[in-house]
Amino acid sequence: MLAALTAAVALFLVAPMVVSVMAAFVVNYNRGLASGLTLRWLEQVWEVYGATVGASLLLALGCVAMTIVLGVPCAWALARSRSRAARLFEELLTLPVAVPGLATALALLLVYGGHADFRQGFGFILVGHAVFTLPFMVRTVAAAFARRELLALDEAARTLGAGFGRRFTGVLVPAVLPAIVAGSLMVFTLSIGEFNLTWMLHTPLTRTLPVGLADSYASMRIELGSAYTFVFLAVVLPVLWALQGIAALLQKRIAP
Amino acid sequence: MSRTRIAVTHCAKTYADGTRGLLPTSLVVEPGEVLALLGPSGCGKTTLLRLLAGLESADAGSVIRFDDQDVTARPAERRGVGMVFQSYALFPQMTVQANIGYGLRVRGVPAEEVGRRVGELVDLVRLGGLEHRRPAELSGGQRQRVALARAVATRPRVLLLDEPLAALDAQLKERLRDELAGLLRSLGITAVHVTHDQQEAFAIADRLAVMQGGAIVQVGDGETLYRRPAHPFVAEFLGRVNRLHADAGGAVPLGGQCLAPHAPHGLLVRPEDIEITAPLPGRATARVLHRSFLGDRLRLRLEAQGQPPLLVDAGRDCPWRVGDAVGLHIPAERLMPAAPAA
Repeated sequence: MLAALTAAVALFLVAPMVVSVMAAFVVNYNRGLASGLTLRWLEQVWEVYGATVGASLLLALGCVAMTIVLGVPCAWALARSRSRAARLFEELLTLPVAVPGLATALALLLVYGGHADFRQGFGFILVGHAVFTLPFMVRTVAAAFARRELLALDEAARTLGAGFGRRFTGVLVPAVLPAIVAGSLMVFTLSIGEFNLTWMLHTPLTRTLPVGLADSYASMRIELGSAYTFVFLAVVLPVLWALQGIAALLQKRIAP
Repeated sequence: MSRTRIAVTHCAKTYADGTRGLLPTSLVVEPGEVLALLGPSGCGKTTLLRLLAGLESADAGSVIRFDDQDVTARPAERRGVGMVFQSYALFPQMTVQANIGYGLRVRGVPAEEVGRRVGELVDLVRLGGLEHRRPAELSGGQRQRVALARAVATRPRVLLLDEPLAALDAQLKERLRDELAGLLRSLGITAVHVTHDQQEAFAIADRLAVMQGGAIVQVGDGETLYRRPAHPFVAEFLGRVNRLHADAGGAVPLGGQCLAPHAPHGLLVRPEDIEITAPLPGRATARVLHRSFLGDRLRLRLEAQGQPPLLVDAGRDCPWRVGDAVGLHIPAERLMPAAPAA
């Protein structure tokens, strides 16, 4: 009984994905498999939207790099400070997660929209993604920095004569590397699937994968849209699995 | 290794919230001496150690000197101390070798020299063959030795140990205690050792400073503190004591005799300082309530008129059984004054 119910629920959840992916390979969705199989839709998608795949991957990597550079020192400062200002700053940092991406994007457009070079490049979208994903990096890494062991590691390095820069790069950051990798994984995943904010910020020349998807769903045949979905899954899943593998490996290597 | 004299003068610590971690304290640690700071948790021993390390800043007016140099305002990075932390605080991503050599690399010592010095230390603390392991792959005792080797690698002026054995299980602790004592002697370094375990302090330190409530109560070698405590707290903290209460008139009765005519706060006596004899006239009498065999000796619980049950340690050939009447003799010099009841 329970097994049957579980199977039914699983089927209910998996079916849309299977059907959607299948639709990418049939000649005519309305006539189903009987219409025959084809790779035509995939080829067309690659022709029209292929560039969005690279753009999204690079954007996500750029976003990871940016949140590491900005977020890790910030996480240390927040983890060590007991001040009220630090707690307030932490709240503010989280705000873009709660505020709809559209609103964040509008604010960015209002203030920086006038700078044409900045507005028309991928850098503009990168900034939007960084604003949205930074709290995920900061929270994850700050939690790791706040552990008592980290304080002891810092003090141990101090008594051994290391100045702050040396302690931070040589002892503290390596000790929270698993958290940084976990944060990076989160940031990468959020950035690659981000639509709201990106839709507002993009130009015809700066489209990402999700924006392209919306475009294809709205204006193209259902088979083409499905083929695009397949491309998304085929690109994103292997990258996510690879990153997860690295994270697990690091965790095993240096976890005490 | 250099032998540094530590002189702490009127050193105090008040935390930001107003808590007094350490009352104004003065203390001298002689060159090459191992001094234990001993006391219950919250007595200020760790605060004093962290002040010596430069990990806490002392209140105004405090002075800490290493030999002729005033180091009070020097941050930990430039104070030249080695420290072994309770949790060891080994760098998890570094190998044993890299951990031990860290302080030398920070100082810009050439790689060749670092390798040679690390090799010496690995031999000294018997970690040969484990150089390339990470801390997570070591046993508790091995980690402790890595922490010690790392702390002394830079030839610090002073070695500070914060509960270095507390993270180990009881059996290992006892073995490593003597080993650590031996290592500190062979290094000949001035060391301050914080512990709440009096056995550990006796085994490792040359002198003990017993602390309570943010102040040092008494400083001396283990035997002096144990036999002639200047303060009742010291007597009660170092080993077991029986507390003998005074009666309404201020005299201390025991088994039909008067032990002291005037000791209104009562008296303390250690279990091994009470002699048991056959009941004799003129001696306090008691009855054996319980008898437990501890291997090397016997521990008896006695009931004597006028006092709560007394613990007495006796030789293992002691003939007295449960229910027997016995006589008690306590040499007058073994009686210690008790503190006023809290």
